[in-house]
Amino acid sequence: MSKQPATAASDPYITVIGLEVHVQLQTQTKLFCGCSTRFGSPPNTQVCPTCLGLPGSLPVMNRLAFDLAVRAALALNCKIAPFTKWDRKNYFYPDLPKGYQISQYDLPFSSDGHLEVIDPKGAFSRKVDIIRVHLEEDAGKSMHDEAAGTADTRIDLNRAGTPLCEIVSQPDLRSPQEARGWLNELKLLLVYLGVSDCNMQEGSLRVDANVNLHIPLPGEGGAEGRIAKTPIVEIKNMNSFRSVERALIYEAARQWEEWQATKVEMGKMPKQTRGWDDPAGITRPQRQKEESSDYRYFPEPDLVPVTVSDAEIATARAAMGDPPTVLRAALAEKWKISAYDADVLVNQGRDLVAWYEDLATRVGEGKVASNWMQQDVLRTLNERGGTIAEFPVTPEQVADIIGRVQKGDFDTSRGREIFAEVLTSGKAVADVVASMGIAAVSDDDLVALCQELLAANPKIVADVKGGKEQAAAGLIGQAKKKNPNANPGKVRQMCLDLIKALP
Amino acid sequence: MALTRQDVAKVGLLARLALSGDDVDRMTGELSKIVGFVSQLEELDTNNVAPLAHPLDTQNVFRADEPKPSLTTAEALQSAPRHDGSCFLVPAVLGESGAA
Repeated sequence: MSKQPATAASDPYITVIGLEVHVQLQTQTKLFCGCSTRFGSPPNTQVCPTCLGLPGSLPVMNRLAFDLAVRAALALNCKIAPFTKWDRKNYFYPDLPKGYQISQYDLPFSSDGHLEVIDPKGAFSRKVDIIRVHLEEDAGKSMHDEAAGTADTRIDLNRAGTPLCEIVSQPDLRSPQEARGWLNELKLLLVYLGVSDCNMQEGSLRVDANVNLHIPLPGEGGAEGRIAKTPIVEIKNMNSFRSVERALIYEAARQWEEWQATKVEMGKMPKQTRGWDDPAGITRPQRQKEESSDYRYFPEPDLVPVTVSDAEIATARAAMGDPPTVLRAALAEKWKISAYDADVLVNQGRDLVAWYEDLATRVGEGKVASNWMQQDVLRTLNERGGTIAEFPVTPEQVADIIGRVQKGDFDTSRGREIFAEVLTSGKAVADVVASMGIAAVSDDDLVALCQELLAANPKIVADVKGGKEQAAAGLIGQAKKKNPNANPGKVRQMCLDLIKALP
Repeated sequence: MALTRQDVAKVGLLARLALSGDDVDRMTGELSKIVGFVSQLEELDTNNVAPLAHPLDTQNVFRADEPKPSLTTAEALQSAPRHDGSCFLVPAVLGESGAA
């Protein structure tokens, strides 16, 4: 099967993608009870009668969960409903102790939003409409050890009742690459706003994708052509954004092959669910999805409705902080850096942006600070791992090094060596400069050095005199050998000045 | 309103109940009577009545996001038909969860 990116200009079809994203909200406790939501605790240590669904227990809504959900919806440009309620979604599964999930059906707390993604390299730009965002509880975890061959499935209910925001997009995405880019933007936004840590490894962010193909068919006998649509497939079980992209690429190609073989269109067969098998790199059919009506939704009698006033929405909006899109533009304008540079910095999170702004303020030049951030700080951070808060070098130290470079004490490559040494030794910049034998070369020393070079290189002197200024480059290498601390730029300028002064 | 045997068989499947043919026959009659009783409500004219989301005239009941002690694992598992000391045990479930 071909594995080219779907919806390349040459593809005879358009790939149509909609995403359904579940994010775990950053609360300490569950949606309807005071049990901790901490990840990784021993099984069934964070459970109580409410989240176990024991008789006589009653749910009470977590205020912070609702507020975080509203914040997410506002950031996604959604309308907040003045009146919202919860419903029971009924199905039987061992990880769902009550036999129903408390979710939202016909009156979600928000709807009709959008989130735009612009690829900083200009590959795509797409505004994706959001159908709805609603607040619901998570199920528990089923564990089945097939290798052990035991007949039992083990159930851990620590996760049962954890607050989730479900975000449903319109099928507005047009390529797997766009889908991945959009998910990156969504994740960045939710992390920035403190809504969720969006950690996919811990299941804090889960993605299902709906995909089908729109195939333009030529008309027959002069009639206008039409668009054939392949049956929609929902893909589950994708554990990273990279997997989402790969699964969509695979699935588009698979649907194209199936279409060519069968010509089956949407509506001629029920919507199919397929699971992504990451190691095999393929999607496999899963059980047919139950129809919506089979969940037999009805209003949750144990929870009262929630109303939200305009004043409350205004307060939530004010407390939200700048989303990444606003921050990118602000950073680019304030520090005179490119949109690409601003994107790189903002994508690393709020703490790194603060670190950058501290550095840029000390240095006084945004572009220089941005270069050092990307080439030295970020690269080192990526190699070492960890967060910017744990980074052993401070903005003050980097600004000190940059300041010495700007003063001409040494050049940028020397500055990089000093940065590396400060990083590994933990010493102060001044001590590193001293211990590396890097001393500022005095003007007298510089003049002496240059005169020595000119005397030893009559050919270069003659060439420069004859108008070939670039010949002076030959002197700089020699100067480095004689005195590694000599600033190449200064050496060049001094030599040129001295040659011009010659009779 | 009369339920069909198919309706009852489908509800039985959704509820994961193994119903025999006799069960389906009996429940088709019994459930039809219950639905018929409730459908008396349809005789009322509700055109000018706003839909009711909840019988209590109360809204906005919240709790603070403050942890409360959970049960011990032993307490949580004590009523389970089968467990292994840390997890509930159920017959093998293969395939994906119903929903999230």
